[in-house]
Amino acid sequence: MKPSHAIALALLLLCGSSFAAEIPGGERRSGYSFMGPDTRAMQDDDTSNPGMLFVLDGEALWNKKLGAADKACSDCHGDARESMKGVAARYPAFDKALGRPVTLEQRINMERTQRQQAEALPYESHDLLALSVFVANQSRGMPITAGDDPELKPFVEQGHALFMQREGQLNLACANCHNDNFDKRLAGSPITQGEPNGYPEYRLEWQTLGSLERRLRSCITGVRAQPPDYGAPELVALELYLMSRAHGMKMETPAVRP
Amino acid sequence: MASTLINVPPKAKRGDIIEIKTLTSHIMETGFRRTAASDLISRNIITSFTCRYNGNEIFRADFFPAISANPYLSFFTIAKESGKFEFEWIGDNGFSTTASASIAVE
Repeated sequence: MKPSHAIALALLLLCGSSFAAEIPGGERRSGYSFMGPDTRAMQDDDTSNPGMLFVLDGEALWNKKLGAADKACSDCHGDARESMKGVAARYPAFDKALGRPVTLEQRINMERTQRQQAEALPYESHDLLALSVFVANQSRGMPITAGDDPELKPFVEQGHALFMQREGQLNLACANCHNDNFDKRLAGSPITQGEPNGYPEYRLEWQTLGSLERRLRSCITGVRAQPPDYGAPELVALELYLMSRAHGMKMETPAVRP
Repeated sequence: MASTLINVPPKAKRGDIIEIKTLTSHIMETGFRRTAASDLISRNIITSFTCRYNGNEIFRADFFPAISANPYLSFFTIAKESGKFEFEWIGDNGFSTTASASIAVE
């Protein structure tokens, strides 16, 4: 082997090993642990957490009859405190009819169009966020189990590959920041591990509640790549991989983040 | 009516200083932003908040465009007598919402 080839190979191995570093399960840290005391206090108190306003709105929507079927969510699912407990912790979940994973937002819209015979709600609309945060709030404090279904394996792998894939003009992968450089700072803000355990979450920067897909799209835009549309298979796979990566972490929905 | 969250201690001793926390949902559109087509988005904010304690006004605040969406307010008062706190938010485009909370003073 020529010396130049050996150096190239060594560099390749070096880059490869540092790039593929995964965070061990026990060292998973919620975005909460990267925040300042003021923002933590805001999340901890349900009367100061603005996400709880959306939970209240979601509860009203849960009990509201609508669509050609004139049915409310509660007509089939009853009290969400019982029936929706732990549901968000296992989403995105595999849908047998579609043969692919669906997110909680997609599930809510499928229920609306198929069972209630109502119109689907647009992504990031107030009502869709309110319903999904109300459902996800019922899983608060429960461990994430998404991705356990063996049928989801190829989709988790697709999401993992996307997480490791460099893209955009900055040529960065999710893993470059959120696996290799978390706890450092980017323009003064802490880099987190990118754990998805508090969505939909209230971001002070957004001045509203937002979904994990919104967060992913703004990160993808941040590395100057073209973000996939809401509900695109790539985003769902990435969301699924992130949830499976955070296996066992406690849900915090609605989280407050800076 | 817009959703509100109120935190008033349910019980207090006479003369205690108590903290009252309120949160209400509102977009607080500043009136300075423009759409992609460069049309001005008209202002839509809460302009005033009042709190009455058994009918007497104890706290009032005027709001301006720099206040965040879903505004949160915290203020203090002295627990004098059992009764009711009434809260009222008034804003642009006829916005109005109310809430109330009770306190037992021993």
